[in-house]
Amino acid sequence: MAKLKSSSGGKYRTLPKVSTGIQGLDEVTLGGLPKGRPTLVCGGAGCGKTVLAMEFLCRGGIQYNEPGVFMAFEEKEKDLADNFASLGFDIPALVKDKKLAIDYVKIERNEIEETGEYDLEGLFVRLLSAIDSIGAKRVVLDTIEALFSGFTNQSILRAELRRIFGWLKDKGITAIITGEKGEHMLTKHGLEEYVADCVIYLDHRVNEQLATRRMKIIKYRGSRHGTSEFPFLIGDAGISVFPITSLLLTCRAYQDRVSSGIKQLDEMLDGKGYYRGTAVLLSGSAGSGKTSVAAQFADSMCEGGKKAIFFSFEESEGQILRNMKSIGLDLQKWIDKGQLKFISNRGSFCGLEAHLVLAHQALDDFRPDAIVMDPITTLLQSGTLDEAKAMIARLLDFAKNNGMTIVATDLTLKGNRGETTEIGISSLCDVWIKLTMEQEGRRKQRLLNILKARGMKHSHEVRNLVISDRGLSIEDIAEYAPSHIETADAPQFTAGGAK
Amino acid sequence: MKAWKLRLYVAGVTPKSLEAFANLKKICEEFLKGKYSIEIVDLLKDPKLAKGDQIVAIPTLVRRLPPPLKKIIGDLSNKEKVLVGLNIIKKG
Repeated sequence: MAKLKSSSGGKYRTLPKVSTGIQGLDEVTLGGLPKGRPTLVCGGAGCGKTVLAMEFLCRGGIQYNEPGVFMAFEEKEKDLADNFASLGFDIPALVKDKKLAIDYVKIERNEIEETGEYDLEGLFVRLLSAIDSIGAKRVVLDTIEALFSGFTNQSILRAELRRIFGWLKDKGITAIITGEKGEHMLTKHGLEEYVADCVIYLDHRVNEQLATRRMKIIKYRGSRHGTSEFPFLIGDAGISVFPITSLLLTCRAYQDRVSSGIKQLDEMLDGKGYYRGTAVLLSGSAGSGKTSVAAQFADSMCEGGKKAIFFSFEESEGQILRNMKSIGLDLQKWIDKGQLKFISNRGSFCGLEAHLVLAHQALDDFRPDAIVMDPITTLLQSGTLDEAKAMIARLLDFAKNNGMTIVATDLTLKGNRGETTEIGISSLCDVWIKLTMEQEGRRKQRLLNILKARGMKHSHEVRNLVISDRGLSIEDIAEYAPSHIETADAPQFTAGGAK
Repeated sequence: MKAWKLRLYVAGVTPKSLEAFANLKKICEEFLKGKYSIEIVDLLKDPKLAKGDQIVAIPTLVRRLPPPLKKIIGDLSNKEKVLVGLNIIKKG
């Protein structure tokens, strides 16, 4: 009778999890991999299984004081060390510090003759010895399927596999088992049958000549998880997964300021310019000077010895250089000095996520202090709005967290575009500056005003943006001529005049 | 100087390892009398030794001499297979 008493009392609780330390993966899995259980990571050749598995161990050793054993069935210790050096992991040092143990298990089919009953106790002994040598909490078996090509007796193998996973569970080891993609199953030899707690599928495909990697959590017993496919990168700091659905607000708030590059605009922004590590949105109609204001910012950052990256989605590098030269901005010299980098891709050149992957990669490589995205709204056209917004937010977060200041432009088409896109993006930005073209008498002038600037007192004035061959400046609007008001109130004249 | 150096890997004293040893002994006495030595390695006592000969399955018999290295796994119950595996008699 007493046995009927439920220990959990039906109370909701999630399984304990182990942080992987891999950027984004813990977010996608809402905390990491199931603690003390095996997780299957599967996918085709070159999908990043081994990288994910090894990074899980390295980060475990470095960040969480959880040493790990890597049992390699395919690559030798030396090859692993060489491969991971490029991802910033010093395998020999980790081994020396007893954070990591690697055992290369070589199975040579043609060397082995089978006669009678056997078991895989040798493997157990080796694994146990490696675990005990460093007090391992994590284990990777990469990829245990090699056993299937080494031994012919399938029934022994399957029984032993079941035994090994059960044994790891009993020991409370958090394990990653990798498996090669199969034709009709997740893995060639149906490992998913044994490892049922958590299954992660990796995919590496080429779309429009751009390789993108994606990750999907196929199963996570006892836990909620993101169900979408998440793009991920293998960069020089290992894997980064871009979670689409979960967004944590964890941006650092920098106190220091950076100049907008326009003295009078800085004055309007509390006298000091933008906060470092924030996003600035410049929206305006065609020809209102968005690109110029953005380029001026990049120029001023370079002038101050900083680095800037310029993503251009509509104009080529050459066009922008020429156009900016006409207003007195010599951007070429910063390129020559290695402080400025242009990345020009047409918005439709690839999918949103490929854009973001490229952008992320560029940011990671170049480590700029300033980023210009001209125009950021191009990215919205290559995906659904929600998805695009979330992914842009993710990119902005990455930039902000690294102290990079972003100036993005947004082309406002009057009446044409719904307000949703603008609102969608502007809420992600800390400063929103609106540029407009107004007709005054017989000429148009550019007007600038600050719609919002989080965390600072800013000017609410509408002022005049003057673009000359000596650069940009902002002036007070000249006295309104009565004719201006008339024309503004009488659009039929404007329309006629524009023709 | 023995021409045949054999090593039998086991993990503790189990029925399977005892049987493998008995089978091996019988075959050697019959075909290699006076020319062989058998070394038994218990991996439970010395787990590090498993790596050297890349031992995964237990029991594993390794022919260390004469070269080339040969491995036979299992309880060695099939005499024919053992003889072929050790190259004592040729296949066929």
